[in-house]
Amino acid sequence: MFVLQVNGEARSVDVPADMPLLWVLRDVVGLTGTKFGCGIAQCGACTVHLDGQAVRSCVLPVGSIGSRAITTIEAVGQTPSGQKIQAAWLDVDVVQCGYCQSGQIMSATALLARTPNPSDGDIDAAMSGNICRCATYVRIRAAIKQAATGKAEVLQVIAPPVAASRVGTPGTAASGAAAPRAAVPSATATAGAT
Amino acid sequence: MKALRVGPLPQAVDVGRRRALKLGGLTIAFLWTATSGTASAAINARRQPGDAAAAAADGNPPFAPNAFIRIDVDGLVRLVMPNVEMGQGIYTGACMMLAEELNVGIDQIKVEHAPPNEELYSMPLLGGQITGGSTSTRGHWEVLREAGAVARTMMVTAAAQRWHVDPSTCSVARGVVTHQASGRTLGYGALAKSAGALPVPLKVALKESKNFTLIGKPLRRVDSADKVYGTTQFGIDVRVPGMKIATVKACPTFGGRLVGIDDKRTRAVRGVIDVLMLDGAVAVVGDHFWAAKQGLDALDIEWDLGDNAELTTAKLREALADASQGSTPIVAREAGKKPADGKLVEAIYQSPMLAHATMEPLNTTVWVTADKCEIWVGTQVPTRCVAVAAKITGLPEAKVELHNQYLGGGFGRRLETDSVEQAVHFAKQVKYPLKVIWTREEDIRHDIVRPMYHDRISALLDANGRPIWYGDRVTGGTVLGRWAPMAMEKNGLDTDAVECVAEVPYDIPNLKVEWVRHDMPEGLLVGWWRGVGPTHNLFVVESFMDELAHTAGKDPLEYRRALLQKNPRTLALLDLAAEKIGWNAAPLPARVGRGIAVGEPFGSRVCLIIEAEVAPQGEIRLRRAVVALDCGVAINPSSVEAQIQGAVLFGLSAALYSGITIKRGAIEQSNFHDYRSLRMNEIPRVELHRIANDEPPGGLGEVGTAIAAPALGNAIFAATGVRLRSLPVDRSLLVQNAAALKTVVAGTLDGAGEPANGAARRV
Repeated sequence: MFVLQVNGEARSVDVPADMPLLWVLRDVVGLTGTKFGCGIAQCGACTVHLDGQAVRSCVLPVGSIGSRAITTIEAVGQTPSGQKIQAAWLDVDVVQCGYCQSGQIMSATALLARTPNPSDGDIDAAMSGNICRCATYVRIRAAIKQAATGKAEVLQVIAPPVAASRVGTPGTAASGAAAPRAAVPSATATAGAT
Repeated sequence: MKALRVGPLPQAVDVGRRRALKLGGLTIAFLWTATSGTASAAINARRQPGDAAAAAADGNPPFAPNAFIRIDVDGLVRLVMPNVEMGQGIYTGACMMLAEELNVGIDQIKVEHAPPNEELYSMPLLGGQITGGSTSTRGHWEVLREAGAVARTMMVTAAAQRWHVDPSTCSVARGVVTHQASGRTLGYGALAKSAGALPVPLKVALKESKNFTLIGKPLRRVDSADKVYGTTQFGIDVRVPGMKIATVKACPTFGGRLVGIDDKRTRAVRGVIDVLMLDGAVAVVGDHFWAAKQGLDALDIEWDLGDNAELTTAKLREALADASQGSTPIVAREAGKKPADGKLVEAIYQSPMLAHATMEPLNTTVWVTADKCEIWVGTQVPTRCVAVAAKITGLPEAKVELHNQYLGGGFGRRLETDSVEQAVHFAKQVKYPLKVIWTREEDIRHDIVRPMYHDRISALLDANGRPIWYGDRVTGGTVLGRWAPMAMEKNGLDTDAVECVAEVPYDIPNLKVEWVRHDMPEGLLVGWWRGVGPTHNLFVVESFMDELAHTAGKDPLEYRRALLQKNPRTLALLDLAAEKIGWNAAPLPARVGRGIAVGEPFGSRVCLIIEAEVAPQGEIRLRRAVVALDCGVAINPSSVEAQIQGAVLFGLSAALYSGITIKRGAIEQSNFHDYRSLRMNEIPRVELHRIANDEPPGGLGEVGTAIAAPALGNAIFAATGVRLRSLPVDRSLLVQNAAALKTVVAGTLDGAGEPANGAARRV
């Protein structure tokens, strides 16, 4: 039995000590925002924070965590850096299939928290462990810079900041609510990424 | 095929090959399918016989004028998406097309996955409820706008009747009908009941493009927020009460079988519940994935490796080359005749097998009970999944309920049903809902791969070096022949295999393009992979065009320009890309080169110029990618940019790193360490320059991928003088000299000192 500090809550889990945190989160705690991609720390889809540091949960034995604070995509928006990163992700409209994006956002948030104004080299170093098969890298880089500087980097989508999102329910066909948006487009598009 | 209603496409099915081949990808095949007899249903802007039941099952809204629009009394507008969302942005595009004519804001809608229903959601270009072949926007551009207009017209009519006014005196904005003279208003919610009782109008007017309020705007994706907050439910995230989790291992060799197992150690693993067997695979079921995985790792399995146990890539390659010489080809297209004179240029190109490696590994959740089979999966072919599940369980299709999910990438892999079939077979053996998750290793080793190809291409040049004839003999397996055999041509031709080589953008009067079908050994299945035929053929054709330019002693840009004089739309793209990258404007550093590729895949037109640097050690640094695109109307310019950027990098990733090889009858690669992908530190700046016009939309999701490899190969040639005729790039051929291997790459690249990748910099 382990008591984990997950997103500010104590969670008791009765699992083997060598079980990776990823599967504890997904299959035991029920937080499925953290994704399985490779199982060998090659793709970064499973990235979470341990005391604010980005780690690959697919190879992190739950028995090694102790009382360190675990933060997942479900709560990273409650940190200042996470909030900035998620807002920039929306302004630049980074996502495509979206499967890797939890991990990308966790890595980017950890980067921004320790390096408020990351250079291209800093971004390369922090983000090269996260694979995106849709290859949204161009916009990921732009969003990180935008989160850091507050300045629009590339084409901005027309939509105001989003207040909340909805969780899909298993077994129903419906999911993915459209985000609330202003009645009138509130931002002006630039001509392109160049 | 009356349902074929897409602007640029032929209005009748008896189109000549010239025209039809311009459609692109999977499309071609299914046009033929549709002509071959069975009239397939296709989506319709108006109510169909099956609509009443579908709407009843979807909350029974008072207003459901067609299969896509549901409006409840509270005014909530629900839009049912005929295609599936796997990253390509089609949910947003489809919502924009519907909402444009429905006159609602994109913020006022909620999207729903469509249930499996061929009658209501069949893609006219594919003859089934299928998402693929970059067809979604092309196939739905008119019908979804019309569906929106039908609904809007009914709402206006209902309001006008209530006010006893002429409908033409009413206007609509954001779901509210206004009578202009009196200022009276009624919302869609208040009108839903009365509008729902009206007959569906037969004729409706569509907006002129100058009046669009949504189409053409860079709107945020409708699925963005949930994906950013981690709340999107992908197939792998489904949690059904009582569900157990399994992971599987299929026989490593193609077509091998399970002989037996010893599960003593497995049963001792904490959390293991069951061990299940099929002819060619085993599954271990656990309380959670980790228990299942530990249990599977502990399982002693005996396989019969079967007839392919000694198969290697080299053997496959050799057989393919032999077939190219020895087998009888099918003529795909012949025009003019081969002149007697001219300088002959010949080359052999080879393309590798490829895995898809979607970020979300394959998975399916299935619950089989005595009278029902329920499935949760993200699939590109929902109705095919229902059909296979019905067959396996013996239940009628009506008793198979499939809940489609967001797809964590598709790239063609989820056009297959193999993993769903396997999951149903396993789930049939247990009483609880079963989620089957493939490990990444299983996902790559049991991919249904893009086929390998062997191409012998040649041309005759006149005294000025201009091609007066070209010939290409494509040899490979057939995806279409397995996946939709009824779509093969009468003479046995697989039109996908020759797409973008049977037709080229250039003015070359004489040509002969042939295809040799060479099936892979039984058990080695080949499948659709992003960009399908064009990805393979454009690599060959556009690399070879560069060879011709070099042979003729001409600049690759000028050489292509001369051949595009009768094709102004594509010529404009060549010129635009050249201008933006500054072609020949200034000398490039040593071992830096630029490569051009031009193509017309999937009903769009594209020119890509890559600037790459090749280190003395042979390592490649991508410096810049400039894309010029003409895709007709861009529904959402932000999505267009995202798709082009992502697809070009996906294609470059494959060209630089990807190749599936076989040893002892099994795929050698297994995970991202040996099946590599481009990473953040490797990407170039990617710029899109679009020529805007009012032409109907072309396909988009695969365009960038199809054009990537030849531009890279041509850039490498320009940088090094080494012509690469096979993929992935063999860096050992690019080593400058033996001394270079004693130095490190980082210190030798031209741009080593500057910040890497200016992807986000403004130019």
